[in-house]
Amino acid sequence: MRYEPLNLGRWIVWGAMALVFIVVPLAFSGGFALTMLIQMGTLIIFALSYNMLLGQGGMLSFGHAVYSGLGAYLAVHTLNLIGKGAFPFPVTLLPLIGGFAGLLFGVLFGYVTTRRAGTTFALISLGIGEMVFACVLMFPGFFGGEAGVSTNRVVGQPFLGITYGPAIQVYYLVATWCFLSIVAMFALTQTPLGRMANAVRDNPERAEFVGYDTQKVRFLQLVLASFFAGVSGALSCINFEIVSSENVSALRSAGVLMATYIGGVPFFLGPILGAIVFIFFAVALSGFTKAWLLYLGLFFVTVVLYAPGGIVSILLMQIPVLRAGRLRELLWPYALAAGAALIAMVGLIGIVEMVYRLSEQGASTVLNVFGMSFDARTTAPWIGFALILAAGIVALRFASRLVGARWGAIQQDLLARQP
Amino acid sequence: MEFFLVQTLNGISYGLLLFMLSSGLTLVFSLMGVLNFAHASFYMLGAYFAYQVSVKIGFWPALVIAPLLVGAVGMLVERFGLRKVHKYGHVAELLFTFGLAYLIEEAVHLVWGRLAVEYRVPPELDGPLFQIMGSQYPIYRGFMMLVSVAMLVSIWLALTRTRVGLVIQAGLTHPQTVEALGHNVPRVFMLVFGGGAALAGLAGVIGGNAFVTDPGMAAAVGPIIFVIVVVGGMGSLAGAFIASLLIGCMQTFAVSLDWSLGGISVAQAAPVLPYLLMVLLLIFRPTGLMGTREG
Repeated sequence: MRYEPLNLGRWIVWGAMALVFIVVPLAFSGGFALTMLIQMGTLIIFALSYNMLLGQGGMLSFGHAVYSGLGAYLAVHTLNLIGKGAFPFPVTLLPLIGGFAGLLFGVLFGYVTTRRAGTTFALISLGIGEMVFACVLMFPGFFGGEAGVSTNRVVGQPFLGITYGPAIQVYYLVATWCFLSIVAMFALTQTPLGRMANAVRDNPERAEFVGYDTQKVRFLQLVLASFFAGVSGALSCINFEIVSSENVSALRSAGVLMATYIGGVPFFLGPILGAIVFIFFAVALSGFTKAWLLYLGLFFVTVVLYAPGGIVSILLMQIPVLRAGRLRELLWPYALAAGAALIAMVGLIGIVEMVYRLSEQGASTVLNVFGMSFDARTTAPWIGFALILAAGIVALRFASRLVGARWGAIQQDLLARQP
Repeated sequence: MEFFLVQTLNGISYGLLLFMLSSGLTLVFSLMGVLNFAHASFYMLGAYFAYQVSVKIGFWPALVIAPLLVGAVGMLVERFGLRKVHKYGHVAELLFTFGLAYLIEEAVHLVWGRLAVEYRVPPELDGPLFQIMGSQYPIYRGFMMLVSVAMLVSIWLALTRTRVGLVIQAGLTHPQTVEALGHNVPRVFMLVFGGGAALAGLAGVIGGNAFVTDPGMAAAVGPIIFVIVVVGGMGSLAGAFIASLLIGCMQTFAVSLDWSLGGISVAQAAPVLPYLLMVLLLIFRPTGLMGTREG
């Protein structure tokens, strides 16, 4: 990358991003949309901070919620102290408290976890996560036990009329912190530390040979990532006004891992997109079906199996084809594959929902979809949905072969055209 | 004194159960380099399958059928899932098994509900086995020990005395050579993965009714067996054995002691102890008790 003090393209990209943050709540102004946007902003910071470990440092962590959760706990106690009038502190800067708390615990736990890399790191991070979760339940005085610690975000003197009472003010708080964090984390990827983290990820032996202490690089990367995790934890504390043991749970750590991976680990943009998709699953889909975790898991496993670079990699793969003006040839196969996937999904969803209706005590066994109703106790809908699923899978195999053949031909042409 | 004796026996039986789990995990890890995150989920599946079979037929058939079913599930997972992601490297494999663990848990929620199922110890194994100085020792604990020791001895014999076992052992260190000699290494992988899953399933069959069979059992045991693998040293069976017994005894003693330290009783601190042990060990001996493998 060439050094340019006034890089116009960069200003345009970041400016556009800031504009999106400002404009989005005007486009989707409903209360539900706003809660989703706030959660997306929080998760974007968290997922990006997670990707500092997995994507940039090659550290697969199963316990990243520890840092955001402990940050959130410190933030909630600070907020309560401000509420009691112990000391004046602007709520706007509360994420800094969360961030530094995360950083502190990052220093503490990171010293142990980053001693090893690879699979062992993953296991140790899991162990630390479980340990913190058990401790949270052990000290109900500070952590509030199962119920958690609740708070009130409207404290202190309003500044320029900002009280953080209405959700839209919380949105702009989250958006500001989210934008700043994205800029900061992107800037970190360009620093020598960010580059060395990549080197340690790709070839730790050589990095060590060049004279870098890989353990130290991993440690610094983890500490910085914990800071941003803490920021996101404090923001979620301001948003929900409650922090409970769920904030440090393995489920939370699994969630951020899934969000990041679905988006695309190798790309800086990946976690941002992944966070948006994840919140869509968690907030929008969970209103429709109780099996949303299963669908999320299936989606995640599909991404791991067929698109290890995440959604962003699939989108980026289209760019050379688009440039060559040959995307049109792929439109039909894509439409065919999408249709086949849709058919398979209808069959699968039908079966899953019927299983759910049979197992849940007291739930009605009648499934109402598309203006039709099926009774899960009769055999006919089972056979019907199984047939739809089978047909969808067969069609999907056929369509994916077609896509593969066209794709291969185009790639070969593109390669042949290169000098 | 009798407290100490009974608790030691309990600890050993729990430790042996943990070793049934961690041995399968260690074998799969050393052979394929894959840390199977879904291993504890296979344990849970074993318990649920056994519950289903024991309701329909009885406990004794379940003791055979459930592990075989879980083994079959394991082989299918290896053949159609793990082999596909193998080309993307170890992180992708770990993530795949992680996603699988998540899916199995959700599927169990979906099929058997969120509450514990009534998977009971069969009546012929219910009751005291013997008495030590006034306190009773249940038959089922003895049965658990018997099954785990029998299984471990047969595994050891199969690994060291049979042809398949020798091929597996050779595949641990020299997969290319074994392949060049005409053995189907991917099929060996599939067998070992299925075998590891079946071991976990068997542990589930005998552990599910001794403790509790609910959708949280995988998440409760999973982290403990990963801690065992780390404490014992990645890929070391002997290390896993020592660590299993150590943590089994530690957990059993901790929950039954009523000492307290600074307002927190040992029983309250029990869930944290294995992780504390792991942290301390990693500070002083980063490779684990018997570990040699770096990375």
